[in-house]
Amino acid sequence: MSSTVTTTPPTETDLRPRRQESLSGGRKPGWVWIAVLVGAAVIGAGLTLLLAEGFPIAAFLVITAILYVLGMYVATRAMENRRRATDGLWRNLVWLAFLIALAPLVSVLWSVVATGLPTLVNNPHVMAYDMQGVTGVDDSNWIDAGTPAGELAGGFGHALVGTVVITLIATIISVPIGMLTSIYLVEYGRDGWFSRAIIFFVDVMTGIPSIVAGLFAYAAVTWVLEQVMGSRPEALQNVQMGFTAAIALSVLMIPVVVRSTEEMLRVVPNELREGSYALGVRKWQTIAKVVLPTAISGIASGVTLAIARVAGETAPILVTAGFAVNVNWDPFDNWMTALPVFIYRQLVAPTSPTAADPSTARAWAAALVLVAIVMALNLLARVIAKAFAPKSGR
Amino acid sequence: MSKRIQANDVDVYYGTFKAVEGVNIDIAPRTVTAFIGPSGCGKTTFLRSINRMHEVLPGAHVEGELLLDGENIYASNVDPVRVRSQIGMVFQRPNPFPTMSIRDNVLAGYKLNGTRLSKARADEIVETSLRGANLWNEVKDRLDKPGSGLSGGQQQRLCIARSIAVQPDVILMDEPCSALDPISTLAVEDLINEMKEQYTVIIVTHNMQQAARVADKTAFFNIQGVGEPGKLIEFDETNTIFNNPSNQQTEDYVSGRFG
Amino acid sequence: MSTPAPATARESSASLRGSRAGSAGDSIFSGLALASAVVILLVLAFVAIFLVSEALPAIRPGADLDSPVDSFFEYVWPLMAGTVMAAIIALLLATPVAVGVALFISHYAPPRIAKPVGFVIDLLAAIPSVVYGVWGWLTLAPLMVPIYGWLNEHLGFIPFFAGAPTTTGRTLLTSGIVLSVMVLPIITALCREIFTQTPILHQEAALGLGATRWEMIKMTVFPFARAGIVSSIMLGLGRALGETMAVTMVLSGGIFSWSLIQSGRNQTIPSEIALNFPEAFGMRLNELIAAGLMLFIITLAVNMIARAIVNKHKEFSGAN
Repeated sequence: MSSTVTTTPPTETDLRPRRQESLSGGRKPGWVWIAVLVGAAVIGAGLTLLLAEGFPIAAFLVITAILYVLGMYVATRAMENRRRATDGLWRNLVWLAFLIALAPLVSVLWSVVATGLPTLVNNPHVMAYDMQGVTGVDDSNWIDAGTPAGELAGGFGHALVGTVVITLIATIISVPIGMLTSIYLVEYGRDGWFSRAIIFFVDVMTGIPSIVAGLFAYAAVTWVLEQVMGSRPEALQNVQMGFTAAIALSVLMIPVVVRSTEEMLRVVPNELREGSYALGVRKWQTIAKVVLPTAISGIASGVTLAIARVAGETAPILVTAGFAVNVNWDPFDNWMTALPVFIYRQLVAPTSPTAADPSTARAWAAALVLVAIVMALNLLARVIAKAFAPKSGR
Repeated sequence: MSKRIQANDVDVYYGTFKAVEGVNIDIAPRTVTAFIGPSGCGKTTFLRSINRMHEVLPGAHVEGELLLDGENIYASNVDPVRVRSQIGMVFQRPNPFPTMSIRDNVLAGYKLNGTRLSKARADEIVETSLRGANLWNEVKDRLDKPGSGLSGGQQQRLCIARSIAVQPDVILMDEPCSALDPISTLAVEDLINEMKEQYTVIIVTHNMQQAARVADKTAFFNIQGVGEPGKLIEFDETNTIFNNPSNQQTEDYVSGRFG
Repeated sequence: MSTPAPATARESSASLRGSRAGSAGDSIFSGLALASAVVILLVLAFVAIFLVSEALPAIRPGADLDSPVDSFFEYVWPLMAGTVMAAIIALLLATPVAVGVALFISHYAPPRIAKPVGFVIDLLAAIPSVVYGVWGWLTLAPLMVPIYGWLNEHLGFIPFFAGAPTTTGRTLLTSGIVLSVMVLPIITALCREIFTQTPILHQEAALGLGATRWEMIKMTVFPFARAGIVSSIMLGLGRALGETMAVTMVLSGGIFSWSLIQSGRNQTIPSEIALNFPEAFGMRLNELIAAGLMLFIITLAVNMIARAIVNKHKEFSGAN
């Protein structure tokens, strides 16, 4: 926002070159960029034909863009001066970077929506059914029936349940630990060596690769079960369950919660704490009733973002919760499947190895639902941040 | 209601840095006392040590005796929280709690401590306190609106209402008008004049006219140089300080020769 | 938790001394907060201890490894090389674009679209990696096949583009591109934040001297943000190194090779673990955990360097 202020003046001068004429003169005419663009497109088309077989649109666009940027530099340099040409070159490059970044985003979203939506619309039941009893035969039959086919067998209801259960438990573990830790850091730690150590290790935790978090949870639960049940095969068989996955996700989630909460607590002005102390209020009540309510919107949105992040994790759940085909509500018993793992398994090991299309369709539909959930959580975080921010009544 | 403040050889530290040295002062109940002096002379630091707000900062501590009606507030078994509930404070910049309404801001001292109040009793406290802060007529129709929606002067008077709501014995004010326009300043000064009927008021100010207008007694603080601790130079009737000071430094300062 | 109310406290506490009723809440609360902090340290210590103790059987010399290799090192170095190569490709592609987009949002875009663009980039960061994996495998990889053919045909003399090109597109280069799309929003978000914090006074001073916008950025924004840019790249690197699913799904892995355009070549540590862990037992499990330990150490080093850079330059950045 602050940048807006500073960038506005140059934008305006750029948009209204005529005003500058009396002062600077020597501006290139307004039609130059069109001429350069047309020239770049013509040469680009030629080069594309020359270099590649057929006429790949992508290659044409890339070559044209490069030619346009170079052409504008040369033209400005010839008609104005070197400084303006450099300025213009970088402006074009920055715009180009933006367009380049947009391409994969559009492509990802388009693929997911365009491929996933038809399945969801034609077979809404995939969100409720599980894969129990669904075999390759069902999928082969579905293919053989041709389009428009009947109902797609099975679905990912069990994966939705798994995602909700695992994420919920991870949240229940992470949020209190994360919030209390950041309260310790901001309100009690007073920048001592201990709180600096905590900050350092939270940073380290932020960098733990998700697969390593999964390995840790697996190893830790194995160890605990071996202590409890003895070193027997049953112990190892019971390691993979929803709760183990929740532990893995907590390892990923705690540092995110700590960082965002810490940041929010630090921006609570000290004047408010002092105002409360001066009324003879105890420290913990000051924290609970003044500091936390002031920061709550930021904290809540940070927690929501953390949930969104772990809800999309695949690798740690893959190694800790196994892979189930049926609905399982019990995080302490048996394997559990989460949505991302379901997507992965459907693609890597289709239900019918010879007819993978139904599995692919289920995977895209599940991917769309997963993206929708994560996006919804992100939007929710924004809404929370806005809606519950301390109001100024004016 | 109102209590006496006595300081005996009080030194105030930030970590190892001694910010204020050897303050001896006796502030009578039901008076307004102004602390004046150049920037960095330790008057705010000393003020904050009177209700043990100073030690909220990491590494800050106080040596010497500070007596509230003869009882040392720095004795080892004294609870700073109780000290602060008896010695209220108003800050330089108004700081109403942004998550609370005007009404809740006034009742903050009770609510935060978990005291249960009947609605009637709460209404009574709100009205008395806001009237006491000369704010009642301006806000009585919007008590449920956020306190941060008020103007700066109104916010500051809301903070004063908040601190008198818990019925302290002493009220400390740290440059309460420095963030306010002249009209709001006048309103707060009027209020200070009324407040001395019930409270011991101590006010830090940079504005000597203000000190002359509101204070019965005035204390002048000064420092010898950068890195040196601030000291209490002179403490007397306001009239004497401004018209006939006994110390040369005080005279230089009040006559505008430095600072 | 009955704390003496001010009103009643007044009557009872003519004295300031006496029992500190109500201060129990303080000690309980601070104790809880401290305990949580300790829990985090314990978890991290456990992560290290478990990884090391489970990895040791595979790492110690003369271990009877499950894979057909003589030593753990021989098993893990191609994986480490693949991991690092994929991450470097990702950074080479992502960094210029990411910094450009950050500049676009902070200094070039018309105010009306700067905000939505920032929001969209944040959303890009929120898309789960498995979705990127699906996209990379099913959408991007087929698109890349002709490009790989072209690269091999015209630039085949460079080792990176040597060998028979892939027919599926599932190569290390495709994985690198997918990774670059994933780290781009991370780098962009951090850079944008620092760019917008550049003191307006400095920028106005530069403009006031008659600088063009680019000169102003070069004079004020980049010097101000240099450490931040470097550390954001390092954090992106950490993410790219540890990313599992996208590579697992996109890359059709195999032995180490310099060629980036062949399928069945190269593999990364996270992907190796994810692919083999579900069926692993005995010594294989130790091998994989040991590989995970290696990954942990690499990412730890990268992240610590990033933090060190940030901390070292903090006092000069003015961003406090």
